[in-house]
Amino acid sequence: MAISYTKISSVMGPLLYMKPIPNHNIKNGSIVRIQTRDGDIRTGQVLTVSRELVVIQVVEGTFGMSLGTTKITFLDDIFRVGVSREMMGRRFNGLGEPIDGGDPILPEELLDINGEPMNPVCRAYPRDVIQTGISSFDTLMTLVRGQKLPIFSGQGLPHNKLVAQIVNNAKVLSKEPFVTIFCGIGLLAEQSLYFQKKFEEQGATRVISFINLASDPTIERLLIPKIALTTAEFLAYKQDMHVLVVLTDITNYAEALREISNVKGEIPARKGFPSYMYSDFANIYERAGRIKGKKGSITQIPVISMPNDDISHPIPDITGYITEGQIVLSRDYHQQNIFPPIYPLSSLSRLMKDSIGGDNTREDHADITSQLYACYAKALEARELESIIGKESLSDNDKDYLTFAEYFELYFINQGESERSFESSFNVAWRLLSIMKKSELIRVKKENIHKYYIENFDPETFTKEKAWKRHIRE
Amino acid sequence: MKSKFDSSADLGTVISINGSVLKVEGFQDQSVGDMVNIGEGLNIIGEIIKIVNMVAIVQCYEETFGLELNSKVENYHYPLSMELGPGLLRTIYDGIQRPLKTLSHLSGDFLSRGIRAPALDREKLWNFQPTVEIGDYVTEGDFVGFVKELSQKHQIIVPPGIKGKIKTINSGEMVVEDCAYTLQLEDDSIKEFTLITRWPIRNARPYKKRFLPNKPLITGTRVFDLLFPVAQGGVVAVPGGFGTGKTVVQHNLAKFADADIIVYIGCGERGNEMADLLNSFPNLMDPKNNLPLMDRTIMIANTSNMPVSAREASIFSGITMAEYWRDMGKNVLLLADSTSRWAEALRELSGRLEEMPTEGGYPAYLATRLSNFYERAGLVQVLGKFKRMGSITIVGSVSPPGGDFSEPITTNTKRFVKAFWALDAKLAYSRHYPAVNWLDSYSLYNEVAKYWDDEIQEGWQKSRTVVNTILSKADQLESIAKLIGTENLPPNQQLILYVSTVLKEGYLIQNSFNDNDRYSSPRKTMELIELFIQFYKSSLKLIKLGVPVFRFKQMVCLHKLRRARLDYHSKDISNISELELEMRQEFESLEEQYVELT
Repeated sequence: MAISYTKISSVMGPLLYMKPIPNHNIKNGSIVRIQTRDGDIRTGQVLTVSRELVVIQVVEGTFGMSLGTTKITFLDDIFRVGVSREMMGRRFNGLGEPIDGGDPILPEELLDINGEPMNPVCRAYPRDVIQTGISSFDTLMTLVRGQKLPIFSGQGLPHNKLVAQIVNNAKVLSKEPFVTIFCGIGLLAEQSLYFQKKFEEQGATRVISFINLASDPTIERLLIPKIALTTAEFLAYKQDMHVLVVLTDITNYAEALREISNVKGEIPARKGFPSYMYSDFANIYERAGRIKGKKGSITQIPVISMPNDDISHPIPDITGYITEGQIVLSRDYHQQNIFPPIYPLSSLSRLMKDSIGGDNTREDHADITSQLYACYAKALEARELESIIGKESLSDNDKDYLTFAEYFELYFINQGESERSFESSFNVAWRLLSIMKKSELIRVKKENIHKYYIENFDPETFTKEKAWKRHIRE
Repeated sequence: MKSKFDSSADLGTVISINGSVLKVEGFQDQSVGDMVNIGEGLNIIGEIIKIVNMVAIVQCYEETFGLELNSKVENYHYPLSMELGPGLLRTIYDGIQRPLKTLSHLSGDFLSRGIRAPALDREKLWNFQPTVEIGDYVTEGDFVGFVKELSQKHQIIVPPGIKGKIKTINSGEMVVEDCAYTLQLEDDSIKEFTLITRWPIRNARPYKKRFLPNKPLITGTRVFDLLFPVAQGGVVAVPGGFGTGKTVVQHNLAKFADADIIVYIGCGERGNEMADLLNSFPNLMDPKNNLPLMDRTIMIANTSNMPVSAREASIFSGITMAEYWRDMGKNVLLLADSTSRWAEALRELSGRLEEMPTEGGYPAYLATRLSNFYERAGLVQVLGKFKRMGSITIVGSVSPPGGDFSEPITTNTKRFVKAFWALDAKLAYSRHYPAVNWLDSYSLYNEVAKYWDDEIQEGWQKSRTVVNTILSKADQLESIAKLIGTENLPPNQQLILYVSTVLKEGYLIQNSFNDNDRYSSPRKTMELIELFIQFYKSSLKLIKLGVPVFRFKQMVCLHKLRRARLDYHSKDISNISELELEMRQEFESLEEQYVELT
């Protein structure tokens, strides 16, 4: 039964306040339709309700709502989104409505966007990998199906370019169905166009986009990740697909959370963010995972642009406590024109150890990872030494490390926009390791050295462009 | 908890909904702590946390989406309680003791709202064997009989506050709700008792007398057992930023610590991590008696996306179950990962109640609540006729934001704990696990020294002092060495620097993925350290004869000593005497060379 009101008592920011009619059993969280004086139809949601007061959060904002003439109708339902396999390759707004000019979706199911927490005993531990096509990512911090692995970036760093590259190139190595959901939160119009163009270059039939622009209502930013993840859950657990969800930018989400919390008059915690931000983030991130006995999986890559590059800021800090590792972008690399500027030493994937190796990637993967980390860490020490005492005074061994670091940054990290399979990433890695003496490769098993080490390798090979390109394709 | 919503129930009406906090009016009777059932058909669980002008403020343990204004609320008139009895072991609960496996049969892979299941299996048969006879006089804490639960003898205890004469007693197979015995109370009334008792989670279960903890709890991790021991009945905090290995420390304690019962509370942590534990634990065996580890374990899994009120309750639920096992005279280890998530839940609920925040947004009663929890640990003489001792040891991890130990949870926790295992991001970064910082960590359980020296292995106290001296001296020397270079230090100081490196690599580091190294028995812990000390003392002696430090670095026995933790399993530690002999001979021959020279 839908009951309509025409009497608002206060309007503040995106919130409407009014007194309920006695005996109207308003549902917490239910949806309202609001018709303004001009006939404009807007959507709202009941935030809190008591006998004296109902607070309604209006998604499109309250601008232009008059106290006397606005008509408010309570629909007896909570927020749901229609989902369907037909959504593949389409673009939607923060309410789940198509914005690509195509036909509306005929929903197969209408789902509550808040979802339900997964029962911990039904969770399957994440296994098997996703190939992003980026050497440093795949080799050093491998993404595992069911994992949530954020990208920690900063303003002015090319995370959008990196994200577009991942969305276009990510795949599972088996023949199983795979889909990417791209969720843009508070994107600038220009960024949105950039992503749209990039995805279209690749055909974009395996991508579902949910776009909330910076100029769109704030409240939509809070809804859009939930809508994207509800769609992901439908595809993963009911349609047996592997779903990669990219959420960019969580910082905009957190800002929206703070803004709305502030309007509601809640007591702030750290840096003005609400005290429930940890639980709220967890409700997004913990929707990644796998379920025992189900074929599909949900993997998340949230992007966080750290305010002022500060990793201890509440947004990256809380994220780091919930997610399973992090990919950190480096401003230094970016200034040296290294792309993607993924800084290996502070990046980490907590779940890769159980999923890499023979069956999934290659038997020498773990050795390569560990040896590259060790060599690069040592090389940076040598570099520091070099800046004090000069290159001439370094030992030959240290000079090898310096050469290693130089080529590692230039040809392994700095891969540009090309796509590399696991196999070709490993081959590049072995050429780099072959710069070092065999005796330095203490973290690699003997049989792998025997199999992959290139004797008398000349680093100059890297610079001979044509030979190099052929090598990648092999 | 059955919902009735009929004329016999005490019903109230919802007059306000704000997130998980409701206002309810119209109860005939109400008190703070009463459990309520909200909304016919929804069956949301809640608890009265305040009463203001006859209106009850209710905190819900589940989401309130879709709840209607003016819904009916039934007051159960009893506080949130744990069901205690046979069937707790091996079970995985959520924060308010709902068995998660049973729930998955009821509602599938996701936790739906309003589902209920009894905490203890109602159909399982237990063989109850009485140990008292009709006519015996029993009081609170006395054992009336037992059932065999997995490898444990599960004693059936007369509940606190009860005394009387055994009127009837049953034996043989029964389910938990069957009558096990009846008592004739002092007022001559007859009271029936089943295998289940209930206890409110916010109240500590009573005991007779408290004692100072004096017996070490062997953890199987060398750095804790030697340098920062915890006593049975003690309290430890494990703080560390993200990625420092708190959870691995907790998992290792759950696997190897020398306790009868383990209560593991996954409080607001990652679902995938919990899945890892839940999947791997059932296959693990206790290294001491080869029984499945799960057989001594009760788990609470309330991940970060499960309702926040249940997260707040989870650590109290856990400690109540721990106290129940303590009352049978057991040594219980309670692991809480992480108390910061619990405190955040408290902050979140406090925010919803619009209470005045203090530092970091936490409510002013944070310290009180923390002490309510930590003070329930201890070594006690439990209730009952016979003198029986039981203990609860708490190890709580703390996740300080940004790894900053000056934040309110870490500083407040420090007030209630006597041991502090500080995990260090720098050590973790250089793959030194467990990443325990030996300068910031401490343990005030010095009373265990006597027990170690008398009952386990002599020389614990001495070895500990030597190691502590080497480590702290080395730390001072390191800063000097950076300025003037190691080779410009006097030889004995060079030796200290070197030995401290060897100690860190060969002793303090412990690899939890290596079969020989992951568990270190007290014997191994001691034998190993004595060898390191022997190496240090023998070298020191030779330095006085003019032997340069590099000669020690080339010794064959040193190479073996550094690998000894990986080469010797705790079972074959007696073989280490061969290494000891080798070392002695090598030093003797070195000494001979130099004596001849001079």
